Amino acid sequence: MVRFEDVSKRFGATAAVDRLSLDIFPGEFFALLGPSGCGKTTLLRMLAGFETPDEGRILLDGSDIAAVPPHRRPVNMMFQSYALFPHLTVAGNIAFGLRQEGLPKTEIAERVGAMMALLQLGRLGERRPDQLSGGQRQRVALARSLVKRPRVLLLDEPMAALDRKLREETQFELMDLQARLGLTFVIVTHDQEEAMKVADRIGVMNHGRLVQVALPEEIYEKPNSRWVADFIGDVNLIEGRVTVADADGVVVEAAEGIRFQADATDGAKTGETVWVALRPEKIAIASITDGKRADALYGEVLEIGYRGDVSVYKVRLDNGLVMKAAAANTMRRVAQPFGCNDRVVLSWARDAVAVLTR
Amino acid sequence: MKRSWSMILVVAVPYLWLAAFFLVPFLIVLKISLSQTALAQPPYLPVLDLAAGWRGLRGFVTALSLEGYALLFSDPLYLFSYLKSLAIGAGATAILLLLGFPLAYALARTPQPAQGVLLVLVVLPFWTSFLIRIYAWMNILQRDGLLNGALQALGVVDAPIPWLATDAAVMIGLVYSYLPFMVLPLYASLQKMDTALLEAAADLGAPAWKTFWLVTVPLARPGIVAGSLLCFIPIVGEFVIPDLLGGSQSLMIGQTLWIEFFGNKDWPVASALAVALLAVLLVPIVLYQRQQMRALEGGR
Ligand SMILES: Nc1ncnc2c1ncn2[C@@H]1O[C@H](COP(=O)(O)OP(=O)(O)OP(=O)(O)O)[C@@H](O)[C@H]1O
Ligand SMILES: [Mg+2]
Repeated sequence: MVRFEDVSKRFGATAAVDRLSLDIFPGEFFALLGPSGCGKTTLLRMLAGFETPDEGRILLDGSDIAAVPPHRRPVNMMFQSYALFPHLTVAGNIAFGLRQEGLPKTEIAERVGAMMALLQLGRLGERRPDQLSGGQRQRVALARSLVKRPRVLLLDEPMAALDRKLREETQFELMDLQARLGLTFVIVTHDQEEAMKVADRIGVMNHGRLVQVALPEEIYEKPNSRWVADFIGDVNLIEGRVTVADADGVVVEAAEGIRFQADATDGAKTGETVWVALRPEKIAIASITDGKRADALYGEVLEIGYRGDVSVYKVRLDNGLVMKAAAANTMRRVAQPFGCNDRVVLSWARDAVAVLTR
Repeated sequence: MKRSWSMILVVAVPYLWLAAFFLVPFLIVLKISLSQTALAQPPYLPVLDLAAGWRGLRGFVTALSLEGYALLFSDPLYLFSYLKSLAIGAGATAILLLLGFPLAYALARTPQPAQGVLLVLVVLPFWTSFLIRIYAWMNILQRDGLLNGALQALGVVDAPIPWLATDAAVMIGLVYSYLPFMVLPLYASLQKMDTALLEAAADLGAPAWKTFWLVTVPLARPGIVAGSLLCFIPIVGEFVIPDLLGGSQSLMIGQTLWIEFFGNKDWPVASALAVALLAVLLVPIVLYQRQQMRALEGGR
């Protein structure tokens, strides 16, 4: 549906987007994730027609759209700054795009009304944007771009200003709408959870390039680099050297003398430096009950981060390495199962260990 | 809020100033407009004689008349002067708006260091005396002046065109003089406009000209109203430009007023003319005030 072919965009010396290629499929919900300033907005603006690529082509349904002006592209964008028209009411803002299509008045009113109901803007129709709260403005901006039912809807951080509950509702509405109308959505977000929840596929960007494009589960469980593993979620990254690499698996020895066993990994060769990525929630933490076990690691709790549903324990192992382990708070009690300075034992399954070669 | 003496002083000074130099003179003009001409010094009657006490005051009030105003309607010359002034004011304002809008728009969209320089250039003419600049225009527009010279050199015309002493010359002078007053308010409102709004309009399917009508113009409205009134109001009462560049066959109200005062020495009619002019201009002045108030409220 949408294809970026070696697209670059430079502002002065900085390349906001750097020889980026990407395919977005029809009916897909695609999320762009990346740190601030990595070029996400620039990528969307090129698709919407507000920036012209310095190099490369952008294809929509197989044809180059370089010559198509923004107002003729079947693409709508929800702006990061909302860009609501201050002189128009909420209803006027939402109707603006439909009026440009020359639709009959009754249909415009109908579609605007339906969209306002959907985004819970019901009683705000006659207000002006400066009489709205931040979250309400965001919903108007969303409604305004959504009501046109574009082939491709570009959402630049559409939910950053919504409270958690409204955000979750809007996320589900978006997913529902996208599935029902068969639209293609590209969403930019800072919120990894949001990307994981709504998107069919995620593209992780850094410095104007796509670092990894994959399903949400793959991005999380099989990051292709240290950078992605570190950027998405919480992770223990430990540098080590491959001592064994064969069909049965990989053994990595870290500087501190810990040996990590993992499933066979492409590209991991004996003697090479690699990184072990281990997610905190995949590490089991327990108090020491019986005597020492050879395959477990012992240590002392340094710090506890209580997050409600889980607690993250920072543990200093006896060999000096500090690791994070998360445990679900299954019991309803105020006192934590482990306190600071308690001796604990950490263990994990072999398939929890990811070996990263770059 | 606590009122301190210094605050009262700060507010009182401009009001005292206005009372002394606007309100009192205006009341005097109003009074003269209700008097009758006389061959005397001052050239009108009655004169308030406070020494005569209560009787003097009564005699004064009964002697006041609306004759000056009645005269305004009796002679079509006056009505014609008003209409001409309003027409010239409206025409000049329209031309100023047509010229000023693109200028202000380009100015507001120019990247920063250059924008500041261009802005200074817009107000640069104020650094020389207004009168000198109008004399310069007399020079340019005269029979063997620069304009005719240029037109003849370019082969546009064969014989020199008589520019001076025409309405065209008045129009040129007015547009030239008032352009900054149109450009600056327009620039101020266009500069505040978020360019993302233009992108949003394009994104929603509006071609450039529609974006201009549906977004740019409505958002520039405070500037359009302020600039137009700021030009229209003084142009209607303008004296110097039509007097120096215009002809004597059809007069603007400012010139008629001058003639009544200094030529005919008919102070009551001249004062009545001035009061009537103020009454006519009161409508746009009130409009301007309301616009300013709303801009202040909306500005936040
Ligand atoms: N008009 C511009 N002129 C100059 N530099 C720009 C311009 N627009 C973007 N950039 C630069 O290009 C880079 C990418 O910007 P972009 O807005 O695409 O980032 P982003 O990924 O959307 O960031 P954020 O998550 O903070 O919105 C940044 O370094 C930014 O400073
Ligand atoms: Mg951005």
